[in-house]
Amino acid sequence: MSLLVTGSAIVAQQGDPLLFDVDLTAVGIVVGKVLVIFAFLLVATMFMVWFERKLISDMQNRIGPNLAGPFGILQTLADGIKFFFKEDLIPDRAQRRVFILAPFLSFVPAFLLFVVIPFGGDFNDGNAGVVTIFGRETFLQVADPPIGVLFILAMSSLAVYGAMLAGWSSGSKYPLLGSVRQSAQMISYEAAMGLAIIAVVVKTGSLSTHDIVVTQAGEGLGGILPNWGVLLTLGVPFVIFVIAATAELNRPPFDLVEAEQELVGGFHTEYSSIRFALFFLAEFMNTVTMSAIFVTLFLGGPAGPVLFGPGWLWGIIWFALKVFVFLFMFVWFRATLPRLRYDQLMDLGWKVLIPLSLGWILLLVALDLAQDQNWNLFAVGIGAAVVFFCAAMLLRAAVRSGQATRHTLEVPD
Amino acid sequence: MPPTLTVLIAAATAGQDYSDFLRQYLTVVIMAGLAMALVGTLLGVGALLRPSRRQGDKHVTYESGVDPVGEHWSQSHVRYYVFALLFVIFDVEAVFIFPWATRLDADTELIGSGGEVLGVLGPYGTIGLIKMFLFIAVLALGLVYAWRKGVLRWM
Repeated sequence: MSLLVTGSAIVAQQGDPLLFDVDLTAVGIVVGKVLVIFAFLLVATMFMVWFERKLISDMQNRIGPNLAGPFGILQTLADGIKFFFKEDLIPDRAQRRVFILAPFLSFVPAFLLFVVIPFGGDFNDGNAGVVTIFGRETFLQVADPPIGVLFILAMSSLAVYGAMLAGWSSGSKYPLLGSVRQSAQMISYEAAMGLAIIAVVVKTGSLSTHDIVVTQAGEGLGGILPNWGVLLTLGVPFVIFVIAATAELNRPPFDLVEAEQELVGGFHTEYSSIRFALFFLAEFMNTVTMSAIFVTLFLGGPAGPVLFGPGWLWGIIWFALKVFVFLFMFVWFRATLPRLRYDQLMDLGWKVLIPLSLGWILLLVALDLAQDQNWNLFAVGIGAAVVFFCAAMLLRAAVRSGQATRHTLEVPD
Repeated sequence: MPPTLTVLIAAATAGQDYSDFLRQYLTVVIMAGLAMALVGTLLGVGALLRPSRRQGDKHVTYESGVDPVGEHWSQSHVRYYVFALLFVIFDVEAVFIFPWATRLDADTELIGSGGEVLGVLGPYGTIGLIKMFLFIAVLALGLVYAWRKGVLRWM
């Protein structure tokens, strides 16, 4: 009961915190961080577009963009400017208001996702990434809501609306098909993605992205290995997350949404000029942000050794390097893997990834609790492995039989 | 303020004061505003710069170069809808698993604005593990049922 009383006392004594005690320095720092992230995202997105084109050219023995600026690095800018001078066509059959609204719904969540990502700071000196700017202590992270991970999931769900409404409002067949495919694909893989994230949350015990990074900055197994999420969760959720995130981003090999041979350009077929550019930007921005989420959840975020000089700078350097690895990975996927068929896509999502991630959560939790309660870790491990093996065999048999009967069934009208 | 809400706020703001808690969300709102402003600016600049010559069949929807045939809102298969329903099950389940996952084996202290400990929420421990096993088993049964009914079969 005393808990309740003190709890309400807090609220009473502070009044409305947004109206009183506005600290201009604190506001300035927040605005500064917002602007830095804003600029970083735009530059990183433009870099990513160029990087993808250049790298995939290298992989295909082509030269790629090489005229605009050194190594063609200004090609994206040139393309962007060109978009402004193109005529903007809205089909007569389109639902005009929704058609105009849809790019906002795609673009804004892509931007907001980056808000909860810790992008710098020294996590080694026991200060947990706190930096001092103008005498104020703050994190190098725009916002650290206590439900950061849920925020990530919410924003990536919102992005579905942009694609869905764009396709629906176009008044055209191919965009509609593309958007229906996209929403089904995104929601299917979002379930698996959420479950992979839960594995990280179980090990780190917090939903705040900052706390997740702090846990990962600690000393890992044997003092040699880092305490990263990918090792804490024993690898499997990381693989699930890689697959699910690629599907969420609609990147190859999961780009059925914009399969050129079948659907023209997918949900944005009818969009032209700068409206199209917004979808395009949002897509690449999502790729950058998703890489940052990977790094935050599984690779320790900005945590890393400080070699010399200021620690917070090394945080930013490690973060950028780790993000870069994932950007490379996404381009590599595109150059290497052929596109999946839709039934393969759905089978992978629902029949493999979701059961596997559910099982893995239980396994992790059992091991975690065994350690906590001093059970015999060895016995628990063996028992869990046996159960897991049986379940995996059962699942495999079920998938096999499903595939076997697939061809014998009649297609219903 | 109802007592349950007070507890919720105390739990949500554990470790930081209430004002700081709200400020995090204010930042998110600022960022959203900035993103909207950027989109608006881009569209506005585009509207100033681009030509607009309305003529002929420019505004007909694309259909491989021929005139569009039939209704533009074609029916899509019901299976997409069924997958959406299935997804709801798994998304609602996340609502239960996420809070549980944060309090599996550690005490959570509720800390007031002055840094004093208001109370301690105990870990779920073994009982929590068994409950979650049952919960996920029931959930998996739902998936198996859908599978058995042929909902997951894509043709």
